[in-house]
Amino acid sequence: QVSAALREGRVTPTELCQKCLSLIKSTKFLNAYITVAEETALKQAEESEKRYRRGQPLGVLDGIPVAVKDNFNTAGIETTCASNMLKGYISPYNATVVQKLLDQGAVLLGKTNLDEFAMGSGSTDGIFGPVRNPWSYSSQYKEKSVPKSHSEDKESNWVITGGSSGGSAAAVSSFTCFAALGSDTGGSTRNPAAHCGVVGLKPTYGLISRHGLIPLVNSMDVPGILTRCVDDAAVVLGSLAGHDPKDSTTIQDNFKPFELPNLTDVSKLSIGIPKEYHAPGLSSEILALWSKAADLFKNAGAKVIEVSLPHTRYSIVCYHVLCTAEVASNMARFDGLEYGHRSDMNESTESMYAATRREGFNDVVRGRILSGNYFLLKQNYEDYFVKAQKVRRLIASDFVKVFRSGVDVLLTPTTLSDAVPYMEFIKEDNRTRSTQDDILTQAANMAGLPAINVPTALSERGLPVGLQFIGRSFQEKQLLTVAKWFEKQVKFPMIQLEVVKKHDHGVFQHQKSASVS
Amino acid sequence: QKVTVEVLDHLEHLALVDFRDLEGVEWLQEAIEFADQLHEVNTDGMEPMDSVLEDRCLYLREDDVTEGNCTKELLQNAREKVEEYFVAPPGNIPLPKLEERETFLQG
Repeated sequence: QVSAALREGRVTPTELCQKCLSLIKSTKFLNAYITVAEETALKQAEESEKRYRRGQPLGVLDGIPVAVKDNFNTAGIETTCASNMLKGYISPYNATVVQKLLDQGAVLLGKTNLDEFAMGSGSTDGIFGPVRNPWSYSSQYKEKSVPKSHSEDKESNWVITGGSSGGSAAAVSSFTCFAALGSDTGGSTRNPAAHCGVVGLKPTYGLISRHGLIPLVNSMDVPGILTRCVDDAAVVLGSLAGHDPKDSTTIQDNFKPFELPNLTDVSKLSIGIPKEYHAPGLSSEILALWSKAADLFKNAGAKVIEVSLPHTRYSIVCYHVLCTAEVASNMARFDGLEYGHRSDMNESTESMYAATRREGFNDVVRGRILSGNYFLLKQNYEDYFVKAQKVRRLIASDFVKVFRSGVDVLLTPTTLSDAVPYMEFIKEDNRTRSTQDDILTQAANMAGLPAINVPTALSERGLPVGLQFIGRSFQEKQLLTVAKWFEKQVKFPMIQLEVVKKHDHGVFQHQKSASVS
Repeated sequence: QKVTVEVLDHLEHLALVDFRDLEGVEWLQEAIEFADQLHEVNTDGMEPMDSVLEDRCLYLREDDVTEGNCTKELLQNAREKVEEYFVAPPGNIPLPKLEERETFLQG
């Protein structure tokens, strides 16, 4: 919608950019952005405007403000990964996905906040502080929260965004950008998408280039896409997917961008409901919603069957071992020599590295590195690392079996509950939280499958709850088609934010139609 | 079975990262206990899975130089440099042994 508005001249790229920038300033309390690239964004918007005036926009994304998670390299813009290790690091190059967005004329507003090095499920553990869920300030949430006493700081019951791409999710959810990039290793795009009421797409591993994405787990990381509606996600996917000679883990098949059909007949569809996803701790609200969604498909004529993914409960353990092992390896590059923080310790290379890393990494990162190194010790290698790799195969083949039996798409919850208040979230440590929160999203990363969170309804507390669809490898078109049909059926409400209303309602009117088309 | 101080020390050497305090050591202990659940799974006859793309051929580029000459950009982010070199402190000095290091593990 907004792209059409740009083409028709109803709004100009610079106007759009300025509105987004000023909205970012007004929503600073959300702490969604680490760096706002105001000057370069305005320049990009001006260039875009020139193109529109000549009648030659680069494409649908020309002039569209976007945000990028701060673990993607962006030339000339600080890339920190929310860590002291990279504070002040100015990337010398653009990640392939960032370059692709810029080549399409998108306007890069800034870098969004995350958990340090994308490790976490709350976007609370970065050095720039936690990200606040915009829904904490929505009238929907405020109506439902009972003030406990006069003296209670109304500010203190704000809820988390989920993580680790919380900044990106909050940015999209609060209308400060039209699309954002996140990363997904264990659910880091879908989890915050569910908590912030936006669409979060994890593409198939190998579809989108990881070149320039600061790696966590090379065999599971993918760039994630966050948007306000499924159609937008398809558009962004179309501009990002495809082989990249700089990333040898991208497949070489030709990728054709697609437009999503408006599905009306679901009778040929087979939806699988994996019973193991009825995980312990799943809130009764979400269970009911999941059930309702299954019925929705059934009543529309689709085939809805219960399936089994027997190794689901080992997925998180397997992830724990493989993730820490790969992290231990990937974090070894941070030694202070070529980039990033460097300690003043100068006695020997090793002591300098040790001091640099002591000063640069937070507890979570250090903990994972040490655990990873433990699992990779000669005496443990077979028992832990190789064992986990074998279990990974079991998990992946669970999915293969189910899809081979005729199921097109799986329907599962995305999170165990709606977003918890920050004060409650921090009572448990990062690992415990990640273990709990990643349980429903993690297996898709294990198997490399595409998965998407679609905002479904508001919980009793007035907060978003989403449901997840998992598709077959490289069948994003089918996955998104089903997701779009579902999105249309559930008509997820738009967030009612005071601060957005105060800004020009006109431009963002276009957004309303985006989510309810 | 608890992790011995020797192993903890060894890990600090390998990772060049310190445990910092008791919590750090307990974290590792819990991580191991958690990972032990893997042993409940029967993986007889299973091959380890390295990559989900294992059915496809890895792509290798042709050995042609397509970009480079970016010495200035690469050096920009380094703190210590001399001409076109990254400067490191002397490398043939190993990390001090446990007794001589300032580490929590001493306690």
